[in-house]
Amino acid sequence: MQVSITINGNLVSHDVEPRTLLVHFIREQAELTGTNVGCDSSSCGACTIHVNGEAVKSCTMLAVQADGQEVTTIEGLADGDTLHPMQQAFHECHALQCGYCTPGMVMAAVSLLDEKPDANEAEVREGLEGNLCRCTGYHNIVKAVLQAGGTQ
Amino acid sequence: MIPAAFDYVLAESAENALALLAEHGDEAKLLAGGHSLLPLMKYRLAAPGVLIDIGRLDDLSYVRDEGDELAIGALTKHREVETNSLITSQIGLLAAATAQVGDPQVRHRGTLGGALAHGDPASDLPAALIALRGSVVIDGPSGRRQVAADDFFIGFLETALAEDEMLVEIRVPKMPDAQWSFQKFNRRAQDWAIVGAAVVVNNGQCGVGLVNMDARPIRASAVETAVNAGATATEAAEQAAEGCEPSADLNAGVEYRKHLARVLTRRGLEESGR
Repeated sequence: MQVSITINGNLVSHDVEPRTLLVHFIREQAELTGTNVGCDSSSCGACTIHVNGEAVKSCTMLAVQADGQEVTTIEGLADGDTLHPMQQAFHECHALQCGYCTPGMVMAAVSLLDEKPDANEAEVREGLEGNLCRCTGYHNIVKAVLQAGGTQ
Repeated sequence: MIPAAFDYVLAESAENALALLAEHGDEAKLLAGGHSLLPLMKYRLAAPGVLIDIGRLDDLSYVRDEGDELAIGALTKHREVETNSLITSQIGLLAAATAQVGDPQVRHRGTLGGALAHGDPASDLPAALIALRGSVVIDGPSGRRQVAADDFFIGFLETALAEDEMLVEIRVPKMPDAQWSFQKFNRRAQDWAIVGAAVVVNNGQCGVGLVNMDARPIRASAVETAVNAGATATEAAEQAAEGCEPSADLNAGVEYRKHLARVLTRRGLEESGR
């Protein structure tokens, strides 16, 4: 069936099976491979994107459920060569090691601060409970989100 | 992991969804937020031939003050239930239990009606609804009917919903002065509860629902009776596992689950002022 999704401002339209997961539509049809598949079972958060401005796990959503909706992926955050404040904070705080969780972590963090701009450390840690970092680099990730919260 | 192939239909209205259910029979499943159903389909534990998407029926997403009760549309998302001021002020236990469901991403998509209709004994929300003595409104070919939480959860992933029916609303008595507590014991932040206890004390009357202590979400009736008769939290909580037949799994054996039920119920009662 025909599915049309506005991804990072561009309308992407493809004929896909109803069982196509949103994350696969993003990676394979829209060819945006910044969004990673991790656990593939809505635990790890590596596939976190925004649907209509809210963080969701794109491995647990059908592409057809996003038909006609606005999706933002990690590729859609930066303004040209200027990093989004959250990306900049991750860069400055060395908030990544292997980098696999990073796109999902950044997308979840942006959504977290949208809902709670003054989040304190405990709230940041709890707010990122849906994202796992297998390098266990949480300390600098939390630091980065707090820094981004202060500059946004 | 990719689900088995299915046909997809987008419902245009609640009436349309019911007509589609009637048309497709037991081949069909309703898709709301998809956060209970899609994981099952990805693991191929469920393979419905037809998915009827009710996720866009915005008129089933609402929170209304209806006198003695709040009425919550079945498609109200967890995030809304968690933050809605009517719910946090009138039935705080439901908001607190909802805040413990999954993680923020899951709560942005998952719906209250979907979680209840899934009938999972490990889910937080059925226990809260049981403790609050809420009910669900079911629509179907023969009209609407209201079913108390106690009668809705029948067995493992089994509810009173017939194949051609749809859960449309949740009703919970208002209790702004109640004291309550939601106790969830798990090993990692976003895990399901190994055991959970939803406790509310309102006008001296106690309600206790247990998570993961039986094949279905279950009421701790013996605890309620004891509390209402004046027992202390410690005395009453001793009876928390009475009549429960919890399963054993990698996280906990039967005796350990019963122990957790007693401890969590006691903590819940104490936090609720008993």
